[in-house]
Amino acid sequence: MTTTFRGKTMSWEPVEGVLEVRLHREPANEIGTTTLTELEHLVRVIGEGAAGCRALLWRSEVKRGFCAGADLRELHAGLVERKEQVGPLRRVARALPTGAQDLLREGARRVSQPVVRRKVGQFIDRIHAAFDALDQAPIPTVAAVHGVCLGGGLELALTADVIIADKNARFGFPELRLGLIPGFGGLPRLSRDLGNAVARDLLLTGRTIRASRAHELGLVSQIAANGQAPEIARAVTRQMIRFDPRVTAQAKAFAKPLPRADLDREKETFLRMVTDPAVLDALTTFVQDEGPMPWLPGGSR
Amino acid sequence: MTSSITARLIELAARRFGRDASALSPSDDLFEALEIDSVQAMDLLTDLEDAFDVEIPDYELQDARTFAALGEVIGRRAS
Repeated sequence: MTTTFRGKTMSWEPVEGVLEVRLHREPANEIGTTTLTELEHLVRVIGEGAAGCRALLWRSEVKRGFCAGADLRELHAGLVERKEQVGPLRRVARALPTGAQDLLREGARRVSQPVVRRKVGQFIDRIHAAFDALDQAPIPTVAAVHGVCLGGGLELALTADVIIADKNARFGFPELRLGLIPGFGGLPRLSRDLGNAVARDLLLTGRTIRASRAHELGLVSQIAANGQAPEIARAVTRQMIRFDPRVTAQAKAFAKPLPRADLDREKETFLRMVTDPAVLDALTTFVQDEGPMPWLPGGSR
Repeated sequence: MTSSITARLIELAARRFGRDASALSPSDDLFEALEIDSVQAMDLLTDLEDAFDVEIPDYELQDARTFAALGEVIGRRAS
């Protein structure tokens, strides 16, 4: 297996014993199926010895930040396609008596929901497997974060053992606006790392917190001047690889258990919520929103 | 106190986004006056939190339509 990779959404290469992974999907490293496929490739590389590296460093080359979360336009397009496939049934229903219309509409809903659940479920199963593998990687992992780190982006950062943040980084879980909870394992990981009260605050308000607040809470390990997080993260990884890798692997496995039961419960809840028609309406509003705060309800004011 | 906070936040916002502070009024809609996008809104939050040493939840920035209203939000939190 080659040690370097140049993908559409990310690239990696060994740098002085550290596998540096650079996210570079404009505009804000949104996580869709292409990113997921490349993440799965990275997981295989780590499983086969991490290209001889003893630590992994995440960073973003995108100006807007580390990652703005899931690719909601892709999710929206998938749900719209599903709705259009049952559209002819709905048009037939309009020509029928009222009672028959209701029956046919209910039938269309029942046909559509399991398909949405299966399609989205396949994605969620794959991304959970990838994030769990990254979380439990046998080498230490460090994320250098700047700018936006929201939703799925925060969930990705939470798979890292240590987060270093530029002063301008902001963290949050805006998913409730879409009628969903975070679906990539973020809440169980945040609860594991910081406690449930912090997770509830971010989840139930949808607010974002700046790097210094995240540092006070323990989410962020070190604060960097803007633009300097990657360099500080490199210093952290240089220190980490000074230890015996077998000792580090055992220490990490002890200190970072996978919250399996909560991850399973999160998947189940997310998939139940995503079949609600209100999610498609919320996604439609989101993708059309050009207001200054689209991550909050009523974002366009 | 609130008026001095408002004046300072206008100055900060104008400098951050390259606007003429003297052309901005406390009663202006801050998003319209500054013409900022979502990432810039986050930058503004961070700048204000750092400058006034307070935490400003996003929804309070969203609800504060004018510079004066945002000045009141900050005034309630600043020591």
